[in-house]
Parts: sequence; C-alpha cells; structure tokens
Amino acid sequence: MKEFWSRLRVALLLTALLVVVLGGLYPLAVYWTGRLLFPFQANGSLVRAPDGTLLGSALLGQNFRGPQYFHPRPSAAGEAGYDATASGGRNLGPTSKKLVDAVARSAADYRKENLLSPDQKIPADAVTASASGLDPHISLANALLQLPRVARERKMRPEELREILARYTSKPWLGLLGEPVVNVAMVDWALDGKLGGR
Amino acid sequence: MTTSFWLTLGLFFAVLALVSWALALYLRAVLDPNGKTWLDPVFGPLERWTYRLCGIDSRKEEDWKGYFASLLVFNVVGLLLTYLILRIQQWLPLNPKGFGPVSPDLAFNTAVSFTTNTNWQNYPGESTVSSFSQMAGLAVHNFTSAATGIAIASAFVRALARAGVKTIGNFWVDLVRTTYYLLLPLSFGLAVVLLSQGVPQNFSPYARAQLVEPVVITGADGKERRMETQEIVQGPIASQEAIKQLGTNGGGYTNANSAHPFENSTPLSNLLEILAVLCIPGALALYLGRVVGRQAHGWAVWGVMALLLFGGILVCWHAEAGGNPLLVEQGLSSVEGNREGKEARFGTLDSALFAVATTATSCGAVNSLHDSYMPLGGLVPLFNMELGEVAFGGVGSGLYGMLLFVVLGVFLFGLMIGRTPEYLGKKIGASEVKMAALSILVLNLSILGMSAWAIASPWGLAGIANPGPHGLSEILYAFSSTTANNGSSFAGLSGNTPWYNTTLGIAMLAGRYLMIAPVLGLAGLLAAQKTAAATQAAFPVSGILFVVLLLATVFIVGALNFFPVLALGPILEHFLLQAGQTF
Repeated sequence: MKEFWSRLRVALLLTALLVVVLGGLYPLAVYWTGRLLFPFQANGSLVRAPDGTLLGSALLGQNFRGPQYFHPRPSAAGEAGYDATASGGRNLGPTSKKLVDAVARSAADYRKENLLSPDQKIPADAVTASASGLDPHISLANALLQLPRVARERKMRPEELREILARYTSKPWLGLLGEPVVNVAMVDWALDGKLGGR
Repeated sequence: MTTSFWLTLGLFFAVLALVSWALALYLRAVLDPNGKTWLDPVFGPLERWTYRLCGIDSRKEEDWKGYFASLLVFNVVGLLLTYLILRIQQWLPLNPKGFGPVSPDLAFNTAVSFTTNTNWQNYPGESTVSSFSQMAGLAVHNFTSAATGIAIASAFVRALARAGVKTIGNFWVDLVRTTYYLLLPLSFGLAVVLLSQGVPQNFSPYARAQLVEPVVITGADGKERRMETQEIVQGPIASQEAIKQLGTNGGGYTNANSAHPFENSTPLSNLLEILAVLCIPGALALYLGRVVGRQAHGWAVWGVMALLLFGGILVCWHAEAGGNPLLVEQGLSSVEGNREGKEARFGTLDSALFAVATTATSCGAVNSLHDSYMPLGGLVPLFNMELGEVAFGGVGSGLYGMLLFVVLGVFLFGLMIGRTPEYLGKKIGASEVKMAALSILVLNLSILGMSAWAIASPWGLAGIANPGPHGLSEILYAFSSTTANNGSSFAGLSGNTPWYNTTLGIAMLAGRYLMIAPVLGLAGLLAAQKTAAATQAAFPVSGILFVVLLLATVFIVGALNFFPVLALGPILEHFLLQAGQTF
C-alpha cells in the first residue's frame, strides 16, 4: 500500500508538470516561432480585399454558385456546404444508393450548367464530395470544362482566363506528389478584382 | 501513372529506411538511462529537475509488476484529469466559443481514447472542445500515451538483452526521457515545417469572413436563411498536429482530421505526416537489432514490416485507382480513380498511402474518408488493424506486437522442423508462449466479441449509415479500430451515443491494458532467463527464411481469425458492387 501511495504521488506531480511543459510551453514555443517565421500561415492564411474586408482563407474553399464563377466540388460541411466550423464528408459507402443518386444529380447539373454533350466524361472530382468539405481545389480538367461558361458570362477571352487559372494552379511536388489543382476560391476572388492589382 | 507510382514508392521507402536508421542510433542514447545525447545541455537540467520535483529515484529499477503498476497509476491519473477537464471546460480559460461541458459518456470515451493512444473521436473537434481542453487535456496525452508505448517497447528490448535479472527498468525514467529527448524536439521541428506549409498556430478567436456571394439555404422548417459569412477555425493546430502524427495518436484538431486543409495543407505536408507516423516505429525495430547486438535481426524485422506495408499500399491503391464502376456508369471519367471522400490536392495515390500507413501503425489520422473507399480499398485498413498493427505499428506497440509474433513463430516453426524453440538465446517454453498467445487472443476476443454484440443489438444497428454488407464493415471497423488503439473510422457510423461511447471505450481499455500486461509479463520471464550460448540448433532470426516465416505467422493468425467476418463484409460488398448492386 505504501508503494501505491508513492507511485500515486509521482504520477500526480509528473502529470501536473507535463501539463505545463507539453500543454503550455510547447504550444507557446511553436506559437512564437510561427509569429516570427511564418506569420501569414500561423494566422490561417487569411486573405483580405484591398478595403480590408476578410475574404476567407487561401486554404479553405467557399461555395461559389453563380454562373460567372468557377464552382468548387460538392461539399458536405454544414447545411449549405463549406461551413468551416463543420468540416466533414458525406461518408457514403461505395455501394450506397444515396451516393450514386447524388452523383447522378450533380453530373446532370454539371452538364447543363456547362453545356456539355451527354457523352462528355466528367472529371470525378467535379461531382464527388471531398473529405473535409472545405477542399479549395478542383482538378485542372474540371476547371477547363467550366472555362467557356465563365468566359461567356464575364465576356472575357479564354486566354485571359487561362492565365488567371495558371496563376492559382499548383503543380505536383517534385512532379510526384499530389496532382495539378486549381484553387477555386483564389481564382474567383481574383476574377472579382478582390485581390488588388487586376 | 505507374512510373510515378513506383518512383513515389521507391522514394518513400528509401527515405523511411534512412530516417529509421538515423533515429535508431539516437534512440540508443535516449532509452539508456545514462545515455548522452546532443540535447543534454537543453533537456539535461529539465530532466534532473523533473526527477527531483516528482521524487523519482532514477537509479532504481523495478520488476515487471512494479513497472506495470507505475504505468497503470500514471495512466489512470491522466485519464481522470482529462475526464474532469472535459466536464468542466466551460469554467476553464481559452474557450473562445464558449463550449459547454462534454456529456459524461462522451467525456469517458474521449478520455479513454486519448489515454490509450487510440484517439477515436466521437466528437467534432471544432464545435465541442475548447482550446484549453485541446492543449491541456488532449495534446498532453498525445505525448504521454506515445511515451508509455515506447517505454514498454524499450523495457521489452532491455529484457531480451539481459540474463538472470528480475528487473526490466524504471517506468518513470523511460517515460520522461522519451518525452523530453525524443518526442518534444521532433514535434517542435515538425510543427515548424507544418507551419511553413500553412498549418495555423495561434490563440485567436474564430475569424469571420464576408462571403463574396451569399448563400441562401432552405432550412428544415421551410424558411429561407441567408448565409453571409464563413466562420474560420483558429487555434494551436500545428503543435498538436505534429505530435498527433509522431506519437501515432491521430486525434485531429478538427472533425475532418488530416483531410482538413488547416491540418494538412499541401502534398509535402502530407508526405511528412506519413513519414512522421512511421519513423519512430521503424527506428524501434532497428534499435532492437542494435541493443541485442544483431543488426541483421533488426533489419529483418524492419523488412517484414516494410513488406506488409508495401503489400497493403499495392492492394489499396489498385482498388482505388480503378474508380467506382457504379459512378463511371453515370458518365464519370475513371482515370482519376475513386474520388468520393478524397481531397483534390492529394489525389488517389497520396490518399491510399496515408490510409494504409495510418492503419498499419496505430495512428488513425485520416486524410480521406475510409468509409467511402472501394470495398477492397477499405478492406486493407481494416485488415491492417486486425493483424494487430504490426507493419511498423504504433510507437512501441508496433514493436512489442511484432515480437509477440516472433515468439509465436519461433515456437511454431522451431517445433515443426525439430529445433529448440529459442529466441536470441532465450528458451521459448510453455509460459512464454502462453503470454504471447494471451495478448493475441485479447485482440480477437474484443474485436469479434464486441462486433457480434453490436450487430445483434438495436443500439448497434441504429448507428449504421450505409446498409448492406457495408454496415457490417462499419461496425467491425469501429471495434477493430478501438481495440487496436487506432482511432480511424468508417465515419458514417453514428458512434456518439451512450451505448457506443461506452462499449468502444471498453474495447479501447481492453485492447491497451489487457495487451500490455502479458507483454510486460513476458518481458519479466525473458529477463529472468539465463542466456544460452547460441547453438547451431537454434532457429535463425535473420535472413530470408526468417522473414518468410514471420510474414507467414502474422498472416496466418490474422487471416484465420478474421477471414470469415471479412468475407461477409468488404469481400461480399466487392462482388455485389461488381454485379451492380446498390443499397
């Protein structure tokens, strides 16, 4: 019994100490390093318009639906999608009837919006939901299928749009990891002239 | 496509081998109570001060029972503290969103989950748990549960290298040294790199962004609401992300875990998070070889782990890359593979790589939704956990799990070919095999017994999101994941109910402590044995023969136990899907 109390004493003291070191000092050390070296990233890569309004984060998608915008992937985060306090996906299994129906509906909408022929293959990312529901990216193939619509709505030349897409396209790391993807939120903000410059 | 696949995998395993090798050298110094590391000037004083403050006699060693008792007392204290923090977080600081107390069953589940290195999450992080709870209640466990696992592995290895001794080490010293010299510096380094990739670290309130294009939604009551803003999560994410991966914990800051762009922003951060999960378990295998003076044995164990991981990646990627035929029928392109539940920036390969690595270890972080994987793609994570997570495995638990299979394999095949069952000069007799078999039985009993209970009960069936064979997979996955202390899930399952919170909590406790007890008991038996001089008759513990036999042992035990139930879940679903059946 005496051994038990001595063990308990060590456990309590050590736990208290580790809460301070690991729960307090460690995150603080990372916090100060972040402020010093990567202040933009440390604060969530927040993007502001020239007038100072907070547009969002360069890392999180938003639900652009108008025909004059590039559209992000379907999202299951929150009621309206892209709710950044309710990240998550649909969690539908591969044999789920709900999944097949939802994809079929999205595919039909996608064809109609972008005036695609019925035998045009749709990039899989355009009609499937991401895991986070906050995926800011779409595949390059998806963006290029949407491009004629955006060009028409905005009365812009396709080359001009292609240039903007290229600016917000990330290439695979070392040519191996990840895929070439377009950051939709950044492109749409740029199109609205919210990012200054253009 | 295939060229880049092989290049990626080649690069991946080469880097992993290099990191394991370097870290194993460092581990020798860390896990030796008198070892000297180059971080001594920083952490030496802190270590000595910790011993003095807590009254730890660092020179005193304990037998396996004493070691286990200290471990248990420490874990129970941590568990109760976290339960308390979650229950009273509304009165504690750093609660910018004003979250209320976590319900008793959910708090129990969560506290057990983080204490046992499982990090099963029945709660959405960004809308339930305050920053203080994350830091003091959860992140601390990410370190201590990982250090607990590494301590057990180091005691086991020590026992193997000893002869005729009752003691196996000092738990407090192993715990403190692992935390200070290994986990803390590695986490800090990884956190800073993750920061550079975009993972936030701040203490700000959630930010509110103005939507350029407000969204109108129709609520359940038929009324229209206008959403003009997007609320953006903030908090100390980078620091928690780093230890979550390095400690094979897997408990995310957010609900979407490593799929959330704030937890895993780029393909590079994704690769680093995968390597972080594997590096300490990989190093421990080589550490074993160094301590027992047979590096070839360490590499043989590492090789078996790598082969298991490689096989899993191959099967999983192949299943995912073909896409879902049911969706391809709807006019989808099949070149991108199965994209439901995957992030665009990672694509199919980087998602499959993460899914296999996270379940072959006891990490359980996810960068894609395993529930939405193809039947055979989802089978791989499930089977990984049911093998006991030994393809590098959890920090510490991977090595001691694999050593149980080594003991079992040496015994089985030694008897078969008429050689003395002997491992590193230690006789493997009836008591040793009983201990090893006991640990493996606990795993099976908890997974299969609890799953059977759940599918026979209304509370169990009520949680299923996807009917048909996939529903069975969801339940089986939950109890496999919790028993194996993994923490990933087929997340469609509604696990946040009093029944599930309690039963899953029990599975986690059983999978952790009923496994650790026989492991430490076995360590005690091995340490007490005299080491016989290596004879010609002893079974070889390196070389191709050993690798093949160890692989066979792991595979046969796992397959025999779980093939029947897997046939009714993912395998049946695979064939029904090929036939075009939906549910």
